[in-house]
Amino acid sequence: MKIEGRVWKFGDDVDTDVIIPARYLNTSDPAELARHCMEDLDPEFSGKVSAGDIIVAGKNFGCGSSREHAPIAIKGAGVSAVVARSFARIFYRNSFNMGLPIFEAPEAAERVNEGDELMIDMEAGTITNRTTGDVFTVEPVPRFMRELIDAGGLMEYMKGRVKRSR
Amino acid sequence: MGMTLTEKIIAAHAGLDRVEPGQLVLAGVDLALGNDITSPIAIKQFESAGAGEVFDTGKVALVPDHFTPNKDIKSAEQVKMMRDFSRKFRIENFFDIGEMGIEHVLLPDRGLVVPGDLVIGADSHTCTYGALCAFSSGVGSTDLAAAMMSGEVWLKVPESILFLLEGKPGRWVEGKDIILYIIGDIGVDGALYRSMEYGGSGLPHLTMAWRFTMANMAIEAGAKNGIFPFDAITREYTEKHAKRAFRVFEADGDARYADVKTYDLSTLEPQVAFPHLPENTRPISSVGNIEIDQVVIGSCTNGRIEDLRSAAEVLRGKRVHGNVRMIVIPATQEIYLHALREGLIELFVSAGGVVSTPTCGPCLGGHMGVLAEGERAVATTNRNFVGRMGHPGSEVYLANPAVAAASAVAGRIAGPDEVL
Ligand code: SF4
Repeated sequence: MKIEGRVWKFGDDVDTDVIIPARYLNTSDPAELARHCMEDLDPEFSGKVSAGDIIVAGKNFGCGSSREHAPIAIKGAGVSAVVARSFARIFYRNSFNMGLPIFEAPEAAERVNEGDELMIDMEAGTITNRTTGDVFTVEPVPRFMRELIDAGGLMEYMKGRVKRSR
Repeated sequence: MGMTLTEKIIAAHAGLDRVEPGQLVLAGVDLALGNDITSPIAIKQFESAGAGEVFDTGKVALVPDHFTPNKDIKSAEQVKMMRDFSRKFRIENFFDIGEMGIEHVLLPDRGLVVPGDLVIGADSHTCTYGALCAFSSGVGSTDLAAAMMSGEVWLKVPESILFLLEGKPGRWVEGKDIILYIIGDIGVDGALYRSMEYGGSGLPHLTMAWRFTMANMAIEAGAKNGIFPFDAITREYTEKHAKRAFRVFEADGDARYADVKTYDLSTLEPQVAFPHLPENTRPISSVGNIEIDQVVIGSCTNGRIEDLRSAAEVLRGKRVHGNVRMIVIPATQEIYLHALREGLIELFVSAGGVVSTPTCGPCLGGHMGVLAEGERAVATTNRNFVGRMGHPGSEVYLANPAVAAASAVAGRIAGPDEVL
């Protein structure tokens, strides 16, 4: 699978309270959550971002709460992937569980600029910066997590297991 | 090679003799938890998967605590979804208004989490129960849905960091200060993906309440869990509260730790975390003059009876400063009753504070004390991110209950000794 899009750049320790502020958590509707995505960092973000765009950030992206509303809001805003130096652990598992592609790629996180055009090749494990020509590698995805993706997400995977054990 | 506490508990729940850091396992859960923000998504997933029953009606806990008593129609609908689901699937541990409390204080106090357990919760502060020598970790709503269906969770076995606490903390230094100091030292991703295991000769000075506070904030260092060894203090709490048999795990003498850090508790001062990250800590003596508008004493971090007593000790015979709104929130109904019987509620109200029914409320900027632009609060909560308690232009300073109470009296961030 290949993902292509334009970069929106964020810094270190982007927390779930700025990805989607708690005042909007009385709903889980993706379209409504998407309208407030990143609002406290950049009030215009949801208006500027277009379908397919890629978020590139520093370390510890998604730290803070366990709210799945965070990857839902990002996905709902049309973002096709998040690339970061590192991810907070609950955000990392939530993204896999609900199918938001995320990539740990420290070098890319550092050297990519806002507005660059990226092409992520999941099979090859590479990120190509079409604007500058740079090519970066991404941290490999563990086999179990690829199985999760192949099964169609965690719920499908677990359904298979429950059936087998009964 | 031996195993750490976390490795041992995960191995036992995965039906394995041993596990290694980095290994991915499916582990059985003793309790799966959700709240009024995360459960609705899990319930939708559970129902759309066509699951006919939950894996065990006694091992799921649903606690509406964030926006309750319902702050608006949407919140009411989220809680109603939990209530209907609990009735339909005969969930034994649904705690409605009147019985509810902040989840991470309520569940151990109710004896629903015991030593040796493996607990997951769709709330990041699920790591709180590590204080009881259990493995517990926050996950997302989809994980909760899957666990409600299968009784299992996928886990990557974390590496562990050993934190050795030596010496005896001084007056007004509490569990909150120890964990804030540690986060200040290692940073908000200092324990990313890892387990924070505690040890050292200072542990007997750490009350159960302090240990809950410290395990609670493991996530603020990015950790998967925080965990304390089982000792006489754990035993005393467990014998009073546990509703079922528990199991004592011990780390092996030759367990492997990714890092070992040692702290001398006797040299610590009360700590204050400045906006907008819990790692921005300073000792109380170098805070400077920072005027405040609000004080919040409560939350899953510091809403226990010991915390209210600590605040009351500072507030006795004093009045809250005219420029400050002080909001006190006992974490559970039982704590509320204790505080009532001990005269603490009267003390807080006579001092000019307000006391709320148990709720997360202002901790996440939900209701019951939201900040306006430019306002500052001292809170005993666990996060001071941008906009956490209200307007993105407001500020939250994290501190222990005694410092929060002293600040309420002084009208600026102050240590207890400055007002007593
Ligand atoms: S008190 Fe605050 S941190 Fe604790 S569960 Fe509630 S919102 Fe989360």
